[in-house]
Amino acid sequence: MADDKSNAAAYWKANLRLITGCLIVWALASYGGAILLRPLLAGISVGGTDLGFWFAQQGSILIFIGLIFFYAWKMNRLDKQFGLGE
Amino acid sequence: MSQFAINVLFVGGSFAIYIGIAIWAKAGSTKDFYVAGGGVHPITNGMAIGADWMSAASFISMAGIIASAGYGASTFLMGWTGGYVLLALLLAPYLRKFGKFTVPEFIGDRFYSRSARMVAVICLIVASLTYVIGQMAGAGVAFSRFLEVDATTGLIIAAIVVFFYSVLGGMKGITYTQVAQYIVLIVAYTIPAVFISLELTDNPIPPLGLFSDHTASGEPLLDKLNEVVVALGFNEYTAMVDNKLNMVLFTLSLMIGTAGLPHVIMRFFTVPKVADARWSAGWALVFIGLLYLTAPAVASMARLNLVTTIYPDMAAQVENYEDAVANPIAYADRPDWIRTWEETGLISFDDKNNDGNIQLYNDATDYSDRGWQGNELVVSNDILVLANPEIANLPGWVVGLIAAGGLAAALSTAAGLLLAISSAISHDLIKGAINPKITEKGELRAARISMSVAIVVATYLGVNPPGFAAQVVALAFGIAAASLFPALMMGIFSKRINNKGAIAGMLSGLIFTLVYIFVYKGWFFIPGTNNLEDSAANWVLGISPLSIGAVGAILNFAVAYMVSSATEEPPQHIQDLVESVRYPKGAGAAIDH
Repeated sequence: MADDKSNAAAYWKANLRLITGCLIVWALASYGGAILLRPLLAGISVGGTDLGFWFAQQGSILIFIGLIFFYAWKMNRLDKQFGLGE
Repeated sequence: MSQFAINVLFVGGSFAIYIGIAIWAKAGSTKDFYVAGGGVHPITNGMAIGADWMSAASFISMAGIIASAGYGASTFLMGWTGGYVLLALLLAPYLRKFGKFTVPEFIGDRFYSRSARMVAVICLIVASLTYVIGQMAGAGVAFSRFLEVDATTGLIIAAIVVFFYSVLGGMKGITYTQVAQYIVLIVAYTIPAVFISLELTDNPIPPLGLFSDHTASGEPLLDKLNEVVVALGFNEYTAMVDNKLNMVLFTLSLMIGTAGLPHVIMRFFTVPKVADARWSAGWALVFIGLLYLTAPAVASMARLNLVTTIYPDMAAQVENYEDAVANPIAYADRPDWIRTWEETGLISFDDKNNDGNIQLYNDATDYSDRGWQGNELVVSNDILVLANPEIANLPGWVVGLIAAGGLAAALSTAAGLLLAISSAISHDLIKGAINPKITEKGELRAARISMSVAIVVATYLGVNPPGFAAQVVALAFGIAAASLFPALMMGIFSKRINNKGAIAGMLSGLIFTLVYIFVYKGWFFIPGTNNLEDSAANWVLGISPLSIGAVGAILNFAVAYMVSSATEEPPQHIQDLVESVRYPKGAGAAIDH
């Protein structure tokens, strides 16, 4: 029982670590690249405009899609690894 | 065949499909009615979420808003997609594991409080009702433009169709009609976009065309667009906004609000397993992304197209913009699509300097030296997507497709919202509070009756829109962000938040957000009752009432944490419940309660 408990706790901790990592990328792509850091990225040009504009109107959405699939894939592996899947 | 006949054919054909699906997918049990039996494939669910999510606003208005605001409107693109990351990581898998039928039910069970459940029910109904009125009104507009009936008749036809498949089939009928509606709306949205992208950039893929060269001038499309709009006194299309704090909070409010909207969350209850909930969030964003990646391309291309239609000299490479703006087209020579849309009042012309030509420019800039006495052509944001096929000279069937697509977007979202409202009434209010002993059959009947009542109310409010109908972004997203999202998230990620903390948090987030909105927009949106004028100069720290939901959410978290810390721990069985939602094992069984 104690093993079950520590196993579950380890699974949850791994999940929280994964969520934190993903949310950092999420925030960097949208609030970072597209808004707050846009002036810093102004020198990098993409198809007639700057990288920040690309993040705001295209890049962030692509990154969001990638993040969700990455998270789903990682979690499925964690589910199996800790024997908590279905 | 006349354009009218083609439109009737497309719209009628799509409606026949929806009704056919409704008859095939009749709900036999409450489980069918609330969660489509719980066996929906994640890709199917992803597609249904796409249609559920993309409303008349996404389909009809969003590209127009981006076209006029440029970079500043990126908030909508990021806000309405980034929320899915929060859903996938923070809510959907755990709420699926919990395995009940409604969002208020989770809040009521987790915070062992009927009051908490009722607060959630009220938030859900206000947010969803505000949202659904806009969908009904959008359907009415699409009907009146394309099918030559008045908006009220159009709205009633739309209501009858929705009634048919949602009352009969509940979530089961709605799921499969949403899949069909997604296909109709995405095809309708992308075909004209591909043509306009080919015409302007030679690139058939609109999101790539956006960052390619403009064929006629040889310059990058966005450079060309910047030059053209600056020549007419507007800000650069890609210009940075001054108020970054407000843009961050606005985006955050839309993201948190998206993740907290019950009609979206409840779609995740329909998949068999926790892993499927995660996958379907990913698929949902792929399907939503197809439209959201196309929209900014449509926006910039349509804006450029509109300006160069009025000022043909600006179309190719321009040496001197002062000369190029000197020869706008004469009003008498305007293209047919302007004539068609003038009839709807969504385009209007007023020859202020009586020269017979059309001057389209930014009123705020003084161009009296050019002989201009004010902007003469007013174009509503809402026509950009609907008029796109006509602007690009596409054949009549594309116009018919756009009509069917706009209606699909409005009706699919309306059905999802109506289901959220009716299940809150039949499951949370009637079974949860008024009559817990109700039989399965009785509850199913109650669900169908509340669905019917909700449709009648929504249709009535669509015909006679109250003041709050226009405040979807502030009201629906503000409430979802400030009250529902934090309560759901804390319910999963903290074992320490108790009933008192959750209720205090939800109420303070909700009241704070509503008061801030009312102060600027009028109390209960009654015109003239606002305490301060709704302008950037009056906003606290420059935060607009549309962006306040994120601050309300932070307040909700803080109050819930403080009140819970000062009071007792939740009972052991609640802490065990939190444990159980965190681990996927056993979700298949959880739904058969």
